[in-house]
Amino acid sequence: MSEIDLDKSEIRDLNATLHSVDGKKGEKSFKVVNPNGKHNIAVGVDGQLDITIEGHAGHYVGGMNKHANITVTGNAGAGLAENIMSGVVRVKGNSSQYTGATGRGGLIVVEGDAAARCGISMKGVDIVVGGNVGHMCAFLGQSGNIVVCGDAGDAFGDSIFELNLFVQGEVKSLGTDCEEKEMDAEKLAILTGLLERSEIKADPNKFKVYGPGRNLYNFKIDNAVL
Amino acid sequence: MCGIVGLFIKNPALEAELGLHLSNMLVEMTERGPDSAGIAVYDGGATEGEVRITVLSTDPDYSWEQFKKEVREVFGESSKIEMNSSHAVLTLQAEARTVQGWLHHNHPELYMTSSGTNITIFKEMGLPVDVISRFGIEGMRGSHALGHTRMATESAVTTSASHPFSTGVDLCLVHNGSMSNHNRLRRRLQYHGVEFQTENDTEVAAGYLTWRLQEGDTLDEALERGFDELDGFYTFAVGTHDGFAVVKDPIGAKPAILAESDDWVAMASEFRAIATLPGVESAKIWEPEPARVYSWFRN
Repeated sequence: MSEIDLDKSEIRDLNATLHSVDGKKGEKSFKVVNPNGKHNIAVGVDGQLDITIEGHAGHYVGGMNKHANITVTGNAGAGLAENIMSGVVRVKGNSSQYTGATGRGGLIVVEGDAAARCGISMKGVDIVVGGNVGHMCAFLGQSGNIVVCGDAGDAFGDSIFELNLFVQGEVKSLGTDCEEKEMDAEKLAILTGLLERSEIKADPNKFKVYGPGRNLYNFKIDNAVL
Repeated sequence: MCGIVGLFIKNPALEAELGLHLSNMLVEMTERGPDSAGIAVYDGGATEGEVRITVLSTDPDYSWEQFKKEVREVFGESSKIEMNSSHAVLTLQAEARTVQGWLHHNHPELYMTSSGTNITIFKEMGLPVDVISRFGIEGMRGSHALGHTRMATESAVTTSASHPFSTGVDLCLVHNGSMSNHNRLRRRLQYHGVEFQTENDTEVAAGYLTWRLQEGDTLDEALERGFDELDGFYTFAVGTHDGFAVVKDPIGAKPAILAESDDWVAMASEFRAIATLPGVESAKIWEPEPARVYSWFRN
């Protein structure tokens, strides 16, 4: 394992190091210490690496991640794993706004709470949150799954296309065109699989599932203000 | 984008280090706003019957000696006038309103940064590190302090448009964001007697709180009411004589992190500013929810 101390190294040097290896040969495992809320840690990684960030990370940690397995032992700032392509980004604490925004694949696990706009405009990523999510979760999301083991804030699932939104606790309010769906075998299997992969203990049978009403695909003249 | 920080000391033993810790926090936020910086420090400076007013001049050749002479003639020989770079801190045996009126009529060239008994505000254009060094902020003591580093969007980069803004006695506000209804609200507040020194949007938010507090609201009530009446994007950190509050607007787009230990409460636009504080490892750290008032008061 290679250790990089951010009290001594610049973020650009850290990321250049992480970009220089592919995880197939050479160093595969990295530990980053003293992150102290610094931004852009382990952004744009494109290799099968195991990266542990010991402490609290700032904005955009794990952004655009491909293949890597990234763990933050503390909290993460805004834009956690933004536009993630594949791999796993795990935060043991809480994450700030727009976690996983525009994410196209892979898995994001937030063991604590995720703040506002979690999964905004997501396009295929799976997100599992051990605690609560803030308002406008999944806004404009196109595909993928979100699992919320706690409660969801206002305007949950507003204007989504094809997402499954699983919630164990209360939903403060549903957003436009978001509605409760039947938990069929296919959806239950997705939920069970995600809970297993994320290693978060919860009973899948206690969840409700929400999805799109599909009323926003076509323009309705009745909605126009003439 | 702007950077805001606030530090509220719970353990009096740490009061001597207030300026040092706030300075470290503010410097960490430099990238969020390199245009100008400002700091409000609450140190309980004035005693019973005294008022403390801070004024600044943007003229490097300003004749402070003449000004001091006039102050002593009007407010008595016991008037304390401490110069700190471009600012003068006046501690006078007088009512705040009397001094404000006198300054307004006789020295309109001066800008009043703060008035009250407890508060002093210093602000200047330039990087936080330079502004802090210029005023010797690191050596200042006190119970609570706010800092701001500005990236201007709604009004000009000038010393007077720098934060913190103070429109009422011992009240000040720092802001990350932009207000949308400040012009109309300013006119409404002027009708209610609130006076403004600039065209800045944040000064209107400070003025709004001043007005609500004058009308009898508590700080929490005034901020709650603000969710309906202050239109725009904001994270505010607010200081009063004995209190400290943080709010995010209902949409909550502007960042803020809060942390509390046995010794202090801290807020910052980003965690990395809080990471500089002693004992942060054991502090409770959380992100304030939108449209919720968080406040602390001295016993």
